[in-house]
Amino acid sequence: MSKLNLRKTAYSVEEILHEGGPVPERSLCRAAAIGVIENPFAGRYEPDIQWFMEDLKPLGLQMATRLVEMLGGAERIEGYGKGALIGEAGEVEHGALWHAPGGYAMRALLNESRAIVPSTKKVTGVGGRLDVPITHINASYVRSHFDAMEVGLNDAPKAGEMAVVLVMSTGARIHDRAGGLAAKDIQGEDGLR
Amino acid sequence: MSAKIRKIAVNIEETHQEIGRKIDPATRKAVAVAVIENPFAGTYQEDLSLLMEIGAELGMLLGRKCVEALGITPAQAESYGKSAMIGENGELEHAAAILHPKLGAPLRKEVEKGAALVPSSKKMGSPGQVLDVPLGHKDAAYVRSHFDGIEVRLNDAPRADEIMVAVAVTDSGRPLPRVGGLTHGEAAGKDGLR
Repeated sequence: MSKLNLRKTAYSVEEILHEGGPVPERSLCRAAAIGVIENPFAGRYEPDIQWFMEDLKPLGLQMATRLVEMLGGAERIEGYGKGALIGEAGEVEHGALWHAPGGYAMRALLNESRAIVPSTKKVTGVGGRLDVPITHINASYVRSHFDAMEVGLNDAPKAGEMAVVLVMSTGARIHDRAGGLAAKDIQGEDGLR
Repeated sequence: MSAKIRKIAVNIEETHQEIGRKIDPATRKAVAVAVIENPFAGTYQEDLSLLMEIGAELGMLLGRKCVEALGITPAQAESYGKSAMIGENGELEHAAAILHPKLGAPLRKEVEKGAALVPSSKKMGSPGQVLDVPLGHKDAAYVRSHFDGIEVRLNDAPRADEIMVAVAVTDSGRPLPRVGGLTHGEAAGKDGLR
């Protein structure tokens, strides 16, 4: 029996048309999904926690599916990231349970996504914010796609909760001009270049 | 379009549970925000009609974004609200010019009817500050179950010469309403109040 107990879901999408420079033909979209769930390990030290990753899988898939829809389809997604906010009765290790179900859910829906999904996590109070890192889905070194999106909710995570987060983006930073590996030069073999 | 838009953000919140009780169907709120250039930043301008036109444009655009994000028909919208936050080189009156003269009519088209006053808030602010958008029933302001609010913030807006304009729309009231008063079902929705 799944221990997944979902209190709230929240979705954000941002369309960035420019940031003070020339307006590019294609705007950049970023979207985030947040699932606020009960932390089944809150308030105590629990040595065996890995079984909960299985319970998180359907939530990961639900959130990733919605993000792909919001951004107009898998072929448009070029960047991704993930994160977790753990309420104060939990520990940072609980957030680490999101790595596999969150990451694999996105990769299952996206083409050519060999790059590691960048991530961050922290223990926080209600209203805590998280800057979720974003990198290219197929080659971590693509410099134009290094980005981040801030997420958070005024009423989560409560002490006994976790807020798990997925983020996707449709391209490079809006006025990308810091050089480095370009998306068009990806070899696409090792997830790095 | 008169508005010079830098960024648009749309947030949706779905509450499936409140204090351990299932909420089925989930209550849902959406808020859409546009970050625009403030055409009058740094100067005193007597005639604010340009901002009033911008308000009309954004009432339609942001109202539609909310309804689309909720995946509802306009008639299914139940409450709404509007707010603006002005970057430091503007003045509070700029928010009034955007929100009050012309934003409401096009917003009401997007949510069908809208007999009630659109509740509003405004403030001066800076990047990352929170804007709390008040919510009230769209056809009958006294419907007590629908008094609510939704918070929105963007880490990078409003910059000094920018304005953040927000419209919020819901398809429901609070998750567990039980403070009485006029209900959604009882509202006549003719005079905007009851």
